[in-house]
Amino acid sequence: ADGGDAELELSAVRHQPEGLERLLTRTKFTKKELQSLYRGFKSECPSGLVDEETFKLIYSQFFPQGDASTYAHFLFDAFDADRNGALCFQDFVIGLSILLRGTVHQKLKWAFNLYDINKDGYITKEEMLEIMKSIYDMMGRCTHPALQDSAPAEHVELFFQKMDRNGDGVVTFEEFLETCQKVSSTAGAFGIDAILL
Amino acid sequence: MAAGVAAWLPFARAAAIGWMPVANCPMPLAPTEKNKRQDELIILNVSGRRFQTWRTTLERYPDTLLGSTEKEFFFNEDTKEYFFDRDPEVFRCILNFYRTGKLHYPRYECISAYDEELAFYGILPEIIGDCCYEEYKDRKRENAERLMDDNDSENNQEGSMPSLSFRQTMWRAFENPHTSTLALVFYYVTGFFIAVSVITNVVETVPCGTVPGNKELPCGERYAVAFFCLDTACVMIFTVEYLLRLFAAPSRYRFIRSVMSIIDVVAIMPYYIGLVMTNNEDVSGAFVTLRVFRVFRIFKFSRHSQGLRILGYTLKSCASELGFLLFSLTMAIIIFATVMFYAEKGSSASKFTSIPASFWYTIVTMTTLGYGDMVPKTIAGKIFGSICSLSGVLVIALPVPVIVSNFSRIYHQNQRADKRRAQKKARLARIRVAKTGSSNAYLHSKRNGLLNEALELTGSTEDEQHMTKGTSLIESQHHHLLHCLEKTTGLSYLVDDPLLSVRTSTIKNHEFIDEQLFEQNCMESSMQNYPSSRSPSLSSHHGLTTSCCSRRNKKTTHLPNSSVPATRLRSMQELSTIHIQCSEQPSLTTSRSSLNMKSDDGLRPNCKTAQITTAIISIPTPPALTPEGESRPPPSSPSHSTNISTTTTSNIVKVSAL
Repeated sequence: ADGGDAELELSAVRHQPEGLERLLTRTKFTKKELQSLYRGFKSECPSGLVDEETFKLIYSQFFPQGDASTYAHFLFDAFDADRNGALCFQDFVIGLSILLRGTVHQKLKWAFNLYDINKDGYITKEEMLEIMKSIYDMMGRCTHPALQDSAPAEHVELFFQKMDRNGDGVVTFEEFLETCQKVSSTAGAFGIDAILL
Repeated sequence: MAAGVAAWLPFARAAAIGWMPVANCPMPLAPTEKNKRQDELIILNVSGRRFQTWRTTLERYPDTLLGSTEKEFFFNEDTKEYFFDRDPEVFRCILNFYRTGKLHYPRYECISAYDEELAFYGILPEIIGDCCYEEYKDRKRENAERLMDDNDSENNQEGSMPSLSFRQTMWRAFENPHTSTLALVFYYVTGFFIAVSVITNVVETVPCGTVPGNKELPCGERYAVAFFCLDTACVMIFTVEYLLRLFAAPSRYRFIRSVMSIIDVVAIMPYYIGLVMTNNEDVSGAFVTLRVFRVFRIFKFSRHSQGLRILGYTLKSCASELGFLLFSLTMAIIIFATVMFYAEKGSSASKFTSIPASFWYTIVTMTTLGYGDMVPKTIAGKIFGSICSLSGVLVIALPVPVIVSNFSRIYHQNQRADKRRAQKKARLARIRVAKTGSSNAYLHSKRNGLLNEALELTGSTEDEQHMTKGTSLIESQHHHLLHCLEKTTGLSYLVDDPLLSVRTSTIKNHEFIDEQLFEQNCMESSMQNYPSSRSPSLSSHHGLTTSCCSRRNKKTTHLPNSSVPATRLRSMQELSTIHIQCSEQPSLTTSRSSLNMKSDDGLRPNCKTAQITTAIISIPTPPALTPEGESRPPPSSPSHSTNISTTTTSNIVKVSAL
């Protein structure tokens, strides 16, 4: 009953975002871009809030073959800055601002935040494994070459070999930052500024 | 991808940053967006009602009309909006589909109109949202059934008149008595005899008078011979009918198994069996029973009555409800009979001797009949008896409305089918009238044309005015089209006025006369603005006689006065041809100017031969081929077949009566 009531509350409550001016200061979008973003957001979520289930549903639609719900959960946590269980427009747009208009440092910080599931500042192997599994889950079963069950674990090993400088089994942000900025291929790939709005 | 999800795509792409650090291989380059436009508002003007939306909203569904470049065809440069000449109400739903991703079907909308709009905008009806899909499907099915019904009945009624064998005709006559008089007669005769047979069966048992004995005899025994003759006659008729039906049936096996034929057989069998075993005393008892079956003859009436058939069909379709009724009644009867028996066991001289004996009491009580031949005497018996009667009402009342509603539904369906057939007939009649009306109009204008030409000869202008009625542009264009068809096929529509056919012959003779003169007149009039009096002076324009195509470039002025050609004609004696010029003017007074117009439709089939056909009468259309000018002068009425296009020398001006 509580869950149901909470749901009711969620849909009954209409969340208004902060003012346009304030959002302009907090993000790097132009006014028109913010307007356009909000229109899309509002038409999808008239109540102004996205709960996790809806988020999972939306994200899963992009990956019809696999199961994107786990990764969507991690994403949701990463975006939900104030940890209140629902994404409001601020969370959404601030996150997007970092991802699209932020500096490389900021983007890497965001990615680190994503991997760090319990947000304690360290990425452990278990966390990484979970993330990796969720990413592989998104691919689905029908892949070429066929998905091995050990693939995520191997990938995690690779990752830790690259990232974990001092070999203490966890990856801190500094290590992460260092490695990512050094590796030219990933730096080049970080040219995802091509992902335009 | 659903509309809403497309809006989240940038977000999902941005979130892909999360994969970067763990990626082993470099990421592919993102597609660049060419011509990135700022989102702009576009205005959609649907029959005057303006809708506005963002361009990106429409582009969510690129395979529809509004989402693709197809809408550019509807762009109106002057007002900078997209104009659609369609229904604005339905457009509302369609635009909402783009906005919300869900297509709704409004209940008040006609299903076929809605389907048409969907087809126009390139949207598949399958994506109608769940909330409205049921309704949509139901309405669509209903509509399809209606169309199918219409088609079926149409097929039935049209029938394939030729190539029906004798057998098929007979079968049709049996099934549908309205097809021919003979069938109708047969139908009524059999009906009469069924009635006679039933009545004799009834009257047979009535006691009619006493015989000088002391017994009172039923009529059947008093007038045994008469009744026997009557019975024989009826059975003869029924037998003949049955045999004929058997012969005519397309599938004899199926016919024998059908209900009606079984009834027929049962109705006549007792007679024959009676004939066979007349004087055998042992089986006379059985014979008497057989006579009971004669009452089945009354069921033969169901061929004659639609209501009876519907009732039978209803009972068949309500079989489950009836079964339920019977079952529940049986249960209740058994329960109450048992209870009553044991309750009344104690009382002396009770009629409730056994449980089956109590059945009678229970049934009579539950159906609230209450004969009173069996009455409970103990207090317990009375209590249970009252409960029994109360419950009886309930148990019987429950399934009855179901049966009634079934009957009502089927009956109304039947009524609706009949009504639809009647409506269809009326509609077809109306269409036929309209068709004949339009062809009459065509012929009328043709006649007018011919009469005009006749009047030309007589030279009375008032009558001319009288004759040429004003025809609208559409009508004249339509007539022109018909005329073109005539020209193409070399046939012509029938003009039923004998007087006119006389005229045509004269015109034929005059066809080649004064061609040169005419040609010159054409040219000069084509180039000049004609004053009221025109002199048939020769001019030196020769361009007119060249090919039809060149005619396109002629822009001529309107000859306002149709009396001019008349005068001109009068000046050239036997000429029945009217000089018609190619004129361009938008403001065309068809009635008068039509006389002056030239129709080039003869040119179309004759383009290559560079002939010019001038129309005698109204209908000036230069053919639709000529691109210039939206408002062509009205097309001419069809020509009678004087248009002879055989002479192929160029510069021949043919005159045909149009």
